[in-house]
Amino acid sequence: MNALTLWFHKFGSPPTFYRVAGRLLPWLYALALIAGAVGLYGGLVVAPTDYQQGDAFRMIYVHVPCAWMGLFAYAFMAANGFIALVWRIKLSETLAIASAPVGAAFTFITLVSGSLWGKPMWGTWWTWDPRLTSELVLLFLYLGVIGLYNAIEDVRQAARAAAFLALVGVVNLPIVHYSVVWWNTLHQSASVSLMGQSHISGSMLWPLLTLAFATHVYFFASVLARSRAALLSLESGKEWVREIALASTAHAERAHV
Amino acid sequence: MSEFIGMGGYGAYVWSAYAVFLIVLLADALTPLWQRRRTLRDLGARLRRDAARKAAS
Repeated sequence: MNALTLWFHKFGSPPTFYRVAGRLLPWLYALALIAGAVGLYGGLVVAPTDYQQGDAFRMIYVHVPCAWMGLFAYAFMAANGFIALVWRIKLSETLAIASAPVGAAFTFITLVSGSLWGKPMWGTWWTWDPRLTSELVLLFLYLGVIGLYNAIEDVRQAARAAAFLALVGVVNLPIVHYSVVWWNTLHQSASVSLMGQSHISGSMLWPLLTLAFATHVYFFASVLARSRAALLSLESGKEWVREIALASTAHAERAHV
Repeated sequence: MSEFIGMGGYGAYVWSAYAVFLIVLLADALTPLWQRRRTLRDLGARLRRDAARKAAS
């Protein structure tokens, strides 16, 4: 075995993952919190008022990073689902299932903030437009993955079924992304582009990118925290979990006395 | 200050969007904390029960 697969096997083993993730978590939360606070300050206070939308445009700082995260979380979930299905790696099952509720939360925020933005700008909370509809389908896909996982008794079988559903749902990702290009929609097209020129001024752009960074870091923190919690219950018969459980309850008892 | 809260007449929309963002993510951050604590508590109680039963017999 070469060094990389050796490392992968070591880090992929639940007790090591639990320990390493636990050590990383406070740093990830702190980084997300600081970057998030800077980004929100930049978006709410520093960025100038938009000449067309007035201060309503400030909803972009909630809406767009969450929309990006909804897609990113889905891609992460599907990639781990693929690894879980092909190589049967347990940790990938856990990571895939852990990312579903986080992605659903981001997609939910995207839909609600979009609705709040649509009312003053378009005059309606909701319309069955390709971008909005495909984003709603994205939320249903997340809920479907979570529901399917919880509906099947055998946890490994449940994870594989949910991973399969997640993979099928990948077709929705390009539809969400390109819906504003392929169809005539009420939703505006992208202002920020990785490759081309962004149609947004620097003073408005940096808070957006800072928040995008913060939400990415937060996503990984949340997925690690959820995976740790899931591993404890999945591996509750194992010695390493028993040790943690006994140590933590002994600690709790001392605190009570 | 009231100008800042008013958001040029869009205050209700802007602040609602930010509130939903913060509340949903806060709930998301707390969920794994509760899950982990509950799992450890239940498991710890079971292990101590088993140990007590073994000691009694």
